[in-house]
Amino acid sequence: MMRKFILTAAAALGLSLVATSAQAAGGVKVPDESWTWEGLFGYYDKAQLQRGFQVYHDVCANCHGLKLVAYRNLTDIGLGEDQVKAIAAEKEVEDGPDDAGDMFMRPAMPSDRFVSPFPNDNAARFANGGALPPDLSLINKARMGGPDYVYHLMLGFKDEAPEGFELPDGKYYNEYFPGHAISMPPQLMEGLVEYADGTEASEEQLARDITAFLNWAAEPELEARKSLGIKVMLFLLVLTAMLYALKRKIWADVEH
Amino acid sequence: MSELNTNNPALKWLEARLPIVSFVDHSLGSKYPAPKNLSYWWNFGSLAGIVLVIMILSGVFLAMNYTAHVDYAFNSVERIMRDVNYGWLIRYIHMNGASMFFIVVYIHIFRGLYYGSYKPPREVLWWLGLVIMLLMMATAFMGYVLPWGQMSFWGATVITNLFSAFPVVGDYIVTLLWGGFSVDNPTLNRFFALHFLLPFVLVGVVILHIWALHQAKSNNPLGIDMKGPNDAIPFHPYYTIKDLYGLGVFMMFFMFFVFWAPNYMGHPDNYIPADPMVTPAHIVPEWYFLPFYAILRAVPDKLGGVLLMFAAILVLAALPWLDTSKVRSAAFRPIYKWFFWLFAVDAVVLGYIGAMPAEEPYVTIGQIATAYYFFHWIVLLPLIGWFEKPRPLPESISAAARKGKAEPAPLTNNLGTTEKA
Amino acid sequence: MADTAHTAHGSSEGESRRDFLLYATTAVGVVGAGLAVWPFIHSMNPAADVLALSSTEVDLSPVAEGQAITVTWRGKPVFVRHRTAEEIEMARSTDVSELRDPQTDEERVKKPEWLIAIGICTHLGCVPLGQKPGEPKGEFGGYFCPCHGSHYDTSGRIRKGPAPLNLPVPGYEFIEDQRIVIG
Repeated sequence: MMRKFILTAAAALGLSLVATSAQAAGGVKVPDESWTWEGLFGYYDKAQLQRGFQVYHDVCANCHGLKLVAYRNLTDIGLGEDQVKAIAAEKEVEDGPDDAGDMFMRPAMPSDRFVSPFPNDNAARFANGGALPPDLSLINKARMGGPDYVYHLMLGFKDEAPEGFELPDGKYYNEYFPGHAISMPPQLMEGLVEYADGTEASEEQLARDITAFLNWAAEPELEARKSLGIKVMLFLLVLTAMLYALKRKIWADVEH
Repeated sequence: MSELNTNNPALKWLEARLPIVSFVDHSLGSKYPAPKNLSYWWNFGSLAGIVLVIMILSGVFLAMNYTAHVDYAFNSVERIMRDVNYGWLIRYIHMNGASMFFIVVYIHIFRGLYYGSYKPPREVLWWLGLVIMLLMMATAFMGYVLPWGQMSFWGATVITNLFSAFPVVGDYIVTLLWGGFSVDNPTLNRFFALHFLLPFVLVGVVILHIWALHQAKSNNPLGIDMKGPNDAIPFHPYYTIKDLYGLGVFMMFFMFFVFWAPNYMGHPDNYIPADPMVTPAHIVPEWYFLPFYAILRAVPDKLGGVLLMFAAILVLAALPWLDTSKVRSAAFRPIYKWFFWLFAVDAVVLGYIGAMPAEEPYVTIGQIATAYYFFHWIVLLPLIGWFEKPRPLPESISAAARKGKAEPAPLTNNLGTTEKA
Repeated sequence: MADTAHTAHGSSEGESRRDFLLYATTAVGVVGAGLAVWPFIHSMNPAADVLALSSTEVDLSPVAEGQAITVTWRGKPVFVRHRTAEEIEMARSTDVSELRDPQTDEERVKKPEWLIAIGICTHLGCVPLGQKPGEPKGEFGGYFCPCHGSHYDTSGRIRKGPAPLNLPVPGYEFIEDQRIVIG
């Protein structure tokens, strides 16, 4: 029974892989990229996360929110508490009511979550010609292909749509966007930001860094998760080996 | 029930007042006789029970931080993931635990199908198992709605709309389920209440399931009854240790997903907050519903599809009569054995079709696979039982074991090679 | 779990080896189960966002002498009282050795005119009266807890009644002359 079961299970797994890749990005296969956080011992490169944050802060944040992340979380990517305070204080949040019963604006604090560029979705649509720039907090988890998709989307703009493709007004052609007609204009160009650490800001570098930062934003627990996982697995290996040895001893004299 | 063999005065004192120790000993301990030839396929029942406990535990801790309100549900789950201490671990255990529960239970069911565990005298045991499966499906479905992502919302919409297929009363039923005119806050609230309640109902049915099991005793790879003390061994320590070893292996499989591929079995769209105005391009249920989803879509008629989907589960309740074979175990059924595996392939194909968009060639394949699903149970199973000539059954479990030592051929389906080594 | 496995046959040597394995495995299993419980217990401790909100800034300038305000810190009331010279004198002249929970007034305040204390009775957690002008201040001019009759003095120290301890003083700092941050 075992052999046939394994065959059936393998077939099921194979089919499921086919099923997932066929769905990816509306039929467009996203090329596989390699990232530091992949694999058994995956980790984040803090310098890269800080560069990515710089790109987000200077460019993406003009249209895209990051409302699930709090400013205090930025200490995780290696920013100092004073830096975090200063970054938070750039924005204002509504607080109150004060003693007179009025709501008032105050500078954001590290304990606040990222202030979105628009007060609500309708305002965001209105300011962007009807298209809603999605909040980026979970973008790497919320798209087929995850980080690979985000990376290639950033680089996937073409100056002209291929022949026969009717590009609606105000849209841009992107190789990896489902349906190809995307409302966001191309964003990355060489030297878009001047990296504080002196890294050369090529388009690929910018795309890699912003993807890394967004992955951290989506999965801030990843490093803790993988390192705990290793410990749990080693423990289970030892325990299971001992249980197996004990099982053999206990069953040694049973004819079955 | 015989008395407890112990010299411990505290245990004796307790035993005289509440004989719980001997009760456990008789149910899962050294006084419960089990066939001595159970293979590793018999590990999955206890595994399912343990997964249920893990699900209830992790679920209760999640509920401490979850807010069942359309405006807060999504963010409260993300707060669990980001701010609650080890919240990510508890949520990923619960999320992947649901898939693990179905993996384990589906293997458990297929084991029962292969070895004829539904045949007399285990019919009630089998039906209770089906009740458990239906409760699991309802619980899993409602749990998937709680994070209030796009798939949560649209899954809830599509599945509750199934009931609108019923003539006359359909729309009323759906309005009742929703508590409104669309899936909205009242729906989320009641789903949370029911998702919390049903697992405890599940525990109750599991107890009945085990009770029925103890009445008939375990089936075994040979499918023949235990005939005497030589055929049996005490559940403890033999099967407790075997189950624990299996649990260790299973936990490694489970934890691999929790720590390294926590979203592999999920759908990215559920990380997009629910939006009642925008349906995702491609709605698929969780993988464990896919075969049934394929059956639903195989019928171009709304009511027909719904009925056929429910029939796909209900037909299993009739197996004790549909299976006309004199022997239980497929190991002694040279023809049926092959059709069993063909059916397993059919189930996998249905699952694949369920994940595919509703277009050709998937629609036709889905219809053929659906037809075969019912053909297998309603036509093949009774027919093969009549015509097939089963191989001779061993005299007893212990006789087979003695023979197996000399000539292991009939027992290759028993995963016992590692133990014999 | 498998700790009562003693249905052994076989030699005594094999048996003792098995016993060792049984105890070792049980020990490892119990330790593992214990460790696995921790994340669940710890999840009930304050979450990161709760901890991040644990400081509150208070502007003292609107509070005139003899007045008091109550602010919220970590979901609890904090009494801020602008003490009069008389109240300060009362607090300072008390013989510390007679107190149930001996503490000098100087230990309890950073600036004599400002008393800052958590307004929760150390008996069973009620909020004492005495902040608002018309409320009873108890026999010692400070606070009076209506639940079980505890009296606190103008330094928030317990003087009479069932409460065992003084009103706790939260960690706070003057960031400006008239501005404090609690926590």
